[in-house]
Amino acid sequence: MYNRKQAARNPIRLGRVTTTDTGVDSLADVTSSEDRLRRFLLGLPGVDQVGAEARAAALSTRSIKTTAKAYALDLAIQMIDLTTLEGSDTPGKVRALCAKAKRPDPADPTAPQVAAVCVYPDLVATAKFELRGTGINVASVATAFPSGRSSLAIKQQDTRDAVAAGADEVDMVIDRGAFLSGRYGLVFDEIAAIREAAGDTHLKVILETGELVTYDNVRRASWLAMLAGADFIKTSTGKVSPAATLPVTLVMLEAVRDYHEATGLHIGVKPAGGIRTAKDAIKYLVTVNETAGPDWLDPELFRFGASSLLNDLLMQRTKLATGHYPGPDYFTLD
Amino acid sequence: MVWRPTLPTDSTRLDVRKTYKLYIGGAFPRSESGRSYVVSNAKGKFLANASQASRKDARDAVVAARKAFGGWSGRTAYNRGQVLYRIAEVMEGRHEQFSSEVAASEGLSISKARAVVDASIDRWVWYAGWADKLAQVVGSSNPVAGPYFDFSLPEATGVVAVLAPQDSSLLGLTSVIAPAIVSGNTVVAVTSFERPLPAVTLGEVMATSDVPGGVVNILTGSASEIGPWLASHLDVNAIDLAGILDPEEATALEVASADNLKRVRRPAQEDWTEHPGLSRLTQYLELKTVWHPIGL
Repeated sequence: MYNRKQAARNPIRLGRVTTTDTGVDSLADVTSSEDRLRRFLLGLPGVDQVGAEARAAALSTRSIKTTAKAYALDLAIQMIDLTTLEGSDTPGKVRALCAKAKRPDPADPTAPQVAAVCVYPDLVATAKFELRGTGINVASVATAFPSGRSSLAIKQQDTRDAVAAGADEVDMVIDRGAFLSGRYGLVFDEIAAIREAAGDTHLKVILETGELVTYDNVRRASWLAMLAGADFIKTSTGKVSPAATLPVTLVMLEAVRDYHEATGLHIGVKPAGGIRTAKDAIKYLVTVNETAGPDWLDPELFRFGASSLLNDLLMQRTKLATGHYPGPDYFTLD
Repeated sequence: MVWRPTLPTDSTRLDVRKTYKLYIGGAFPRSESGRSYVVSNAKGKFLANASQASRKDARDAVVAARKAFGGWSGRTAYNRGQVLYRIAEVMEGRHEQFSSEVAASEGLSISKARAVVDASIDRWVWYAGWADKLAQVVGSSNPVAGPYFDFSLPEATGVVAVLAPQDSSLLGLTSVIAPAIVSGNTVVAVTSFERPLPAVTLGEVMATSDVPGGVVNILTGSASEIGPWLASHLDVNAIDLAGILDPEEATALEVASADNLKRVRRPAQEDWTEHPGLSRLTQYLELKTVWHPIGL
């Protein structure tokens, strides 16, 4: 439980959570019962909304130019989970997307590959075949994406199907209804069950921050997902507005930083949806570096869920290389 | 005591010295660079401050123009004609403002300036009429040796960068913007550097006369500074070099434009009061030829 006396002796550093703030001795205790989990999550210090938004706004004013910009653009490309999650997806569209993932800019072989291609489970096999031997991962959404409204058995089967088809990474959604009504134990057990069904694959847990409403909830959901065994925490499905925002990502980055301080484990973060310009992507990279630290400037620990972002990054890259502005006519349509 | 507001009398009222802004994508932003410059009248007296557009403003304007292109070129020719006519109507309502700005900028007497504004408004009306007549005059049905009905139709080329004339601040500007947009192109115009005020007011007219945001974008500033970025921009389809006075500079811009085969209109000595003819109108068109099978 939150200990006021203790907090008064050791004032909480802004936005930083430690196990002592929350009055628990070790994180292992926290998950021993639903009651303890609830007390831990509700005991997390609140997020200063104005402070978080001001911090995010301040970080987005950093000027990144010339060689630093070139580095940031290439890093951002390598962090992209090139995504297509439409009802109208076809094997042909997925093949085209895979071709783009392998060679984003056909006119420039120095452009790096993206990190992964993200598709629905039924198209995993197609993507896997196209990407064989490239080192590009196939990520699959699962667990009744995007709403997550289905029984646990179906969600587990959905996950096993994706893994059986060859998915290297699984993007699951949490049950927001259960989370918002305070049934944290249910959400925890579900993530743990999917963690088991997903086997060795990389598990990304989508919090759908647009439906969690408050930053306090985002912080709680982030800790909940990390405690339940997530390898990555991801902002959104891309189907709900608002999707990823900089302040939300900042709160999640703080959570992975604090979790790392408490446990020594590195958890990744993936903002998804709504990041369309190179300028936005660079703002996120600055925030990563200033919040979680340079360790996270790595495709293993930070990803962008995006599709149209890639073209803008490529255009900026071309602008740096050629010195004049390129046009969208010279890049593939998504 | 009852408090009463004190209204300034004529002698104490402070001048509102406006810094005019750019017109990009239907909004009036300041220059991204934060720069502005002093605009003087023909006698060198302070008139106003204007934003000095940078290459990044030009880049943003091209993005806005590209975004607006699909909607504008997709409208019926008849509707585009109506919108151009509406521009003339709204300009008529601002006749006095235009006249005083043209008089101050170009050093004309107010009656001569009025005549220039009249001519500018008439030019909009003249070009408005061309919207739904262009296809008949420029298009054709072509005799071919086969069972086809073969016809050619003019279509807009895309985003047109306009470096507007330096001398004629309103009539010249009108004469280079109107022929580009009437056929469905969208425009990024760099105004006369020393005489930008009538162009700023024209931007305000655009914003209030049914012209979709982004169809006309107006940048006040130096054509020599912004021109090379527009000329080498791969998302610009045509460029009008009317405002470039130095022949060597024009040649350099023409070379920069060659990369994506822009349609280039080289500067020439032009009398803007003369009948414009169709050459500018047809400069920014692509001809699409269709072979339609018949007799089947």
